[in-house]
Amino acid sequence: MLRWLFAIIFLVLPTACEKEHRAIEGVDPFHAENPPLPPQERGLIPIQKEEKEKKEQFPVPPPPLSEGIYPCSSCHAEIEPNPKRRKLEFHEDIVFEHDEEHRWCLDCHDIKNRDKLRLANGELIGFEESYRLCGQCHGPQYRDWKVGVHGKRTGMWKGEKEYLLCAHCHNPHSPRFKPLKPKPPPARPEDIR
Amino acid sequence: MINRREFVKTLTSFFALSALGCGKLLVPRKRLREMNREELKETLARLEREYRKKYGKEIKVYSTPPQEGTLFGYALDLNRCIGCRRCVYACVRENNQSRGGSEKHNMPVHWIKVFEMDKRKGVDFVEANLYYNPEEVPQEGHFYMPVQCHQCENPPCVKVCPVGATWKERDGIVVIDYNWCIGCRYCMVACPYGARHFNWTEPYLPPDEINTNTHLLGNRPRYKGVVEKCTFCIHRVRLGRYPACVEVCPVGARKFGNLLDPKSEIRYIIENKRIFVLKEELNTLPKFFYYYG
Repeated sequence: MLRWLFAIIFLVLPTACEKEHRAIEGVDPFHAENPPLPPQERGLIPIQKEEKEKKEQFPVPPPPLSEGIYPCSSCHAEIEPNPKRRKLEFHEDIVFEHDEEHRWCLDCHDIKNRDKLRLANGELIGFEESYRLCGQCHGPQYRDWKVGVHGKRTGMWKGEKEYLLCAHCHNPHSPRFKPLKPKPPPARPEDIR
Repeated sequence: MINRREFVKTLTSFFALSALGCGKLLVPRKRLREMNREELKETLARLEREYRKKYGKEIKVYSTPPQEGTLFGYALDLNRCIGCRRCVYACVRENNQSRGGSEKHNMPVHWIKVFEMDKRKGVDFVEANLYYNPEEVPQEGHFYMPVQCHQCENPPCVKVCPVGATWKERDGIVVIDYNWCIGCRYCMVACPYGARHFNWTEPYLPPDEINTNTHLLGNRPRYKGVVEKCTFCIHRVRLGRYPACVEVCPVGARKFGNLLDPKSEIRYIIENKRIFVLKEELNTLPKFFYYYG
């Protein structure tokens, strides 16, 4: 009798553990056939760290969106989304020089909701939070920017600092800082009379 | 041949003289004293009166004191600076420097100098070009190094002033009393950074370009024959604001903050970046740091 009981316990225990294990992990994103759904849709609870990061508010001016373009959905709502990498017929003014061999529009812009940007984890964010998107690849710059070291800082050294979005200085499609015409040089000693 | 009596006489007089010399040095120099509150108020009112008469404009002269627990520091990112000279002209406007550019007024004063340097040669002031003027900056193979007052903790300029017209404030800013300066320019010779500038002529300051928010020890209009220099925008930073050059820099190469605050930007840079100070070997202990971000 006791022998049977042990046998049953030994059979049931591992499966119970496995079930619990699966419940924690959710869908394995690396072996799933379809790309993972956003964490909200997968029913995952956002981890503590993410909540903390959301609380960090950076006072930034509105994002520098091209005039007459936003909201993108005003045109895109009627266009069938085409996930194929190709040369665009519209947006020909955009010069794309941002790791152009490997990246393209839908790495940052969401295919379903064009008014949003899409993080690598599937989370959709507004343009006013675009620094989180840039920070996915440009970690050191993001870290420095948060403490007020990367980028132009205005406001108060003692008190409220004013931030700029990455896109205020770097065109996201062509991020290298453009050369400027220098202001006039000082007077040479021989020119002074 | 010297005889014994003469020898002893010379020796005694020598010792007497040197003793006198030492004695003189031991006497504390009590020529200067700080103005009391009443005198300061009177002085500010008098200066405002004088400026009104001279420029026909209401100019406010403040004497905002240092904030407790502050020691100002500055950092400049040499990797980012593109040499556009926006800072130079923002400084001129903010601090009421003498304007130039015309035949009659050709004595402009710039507190910030931007040097164009060859990347292969590194920081080398002999080969540096102060007068670069290409169509676009940055130029290939060059980097740019702005130099201004380093607000040394051990300022040689202060040591040499024969009249005590320049000193270091409690928040670390080296200031000049333009009414006490006699224009001997010893400080300009002593400064290893070329940060001090002299008004050889009457400063040219068009009234409509005056910044009317001024500080007694900072950007108030100067006179002919006095020395002036960067004060980290004393009239702004003592109120918690950033200096004008920090706010104008289009690439964000200029950083400013309180060295005594462990959470400040400047402390983050000192603790996390590769920094250096100019002419470290002179032991001037600048509070102006260059870094590679």
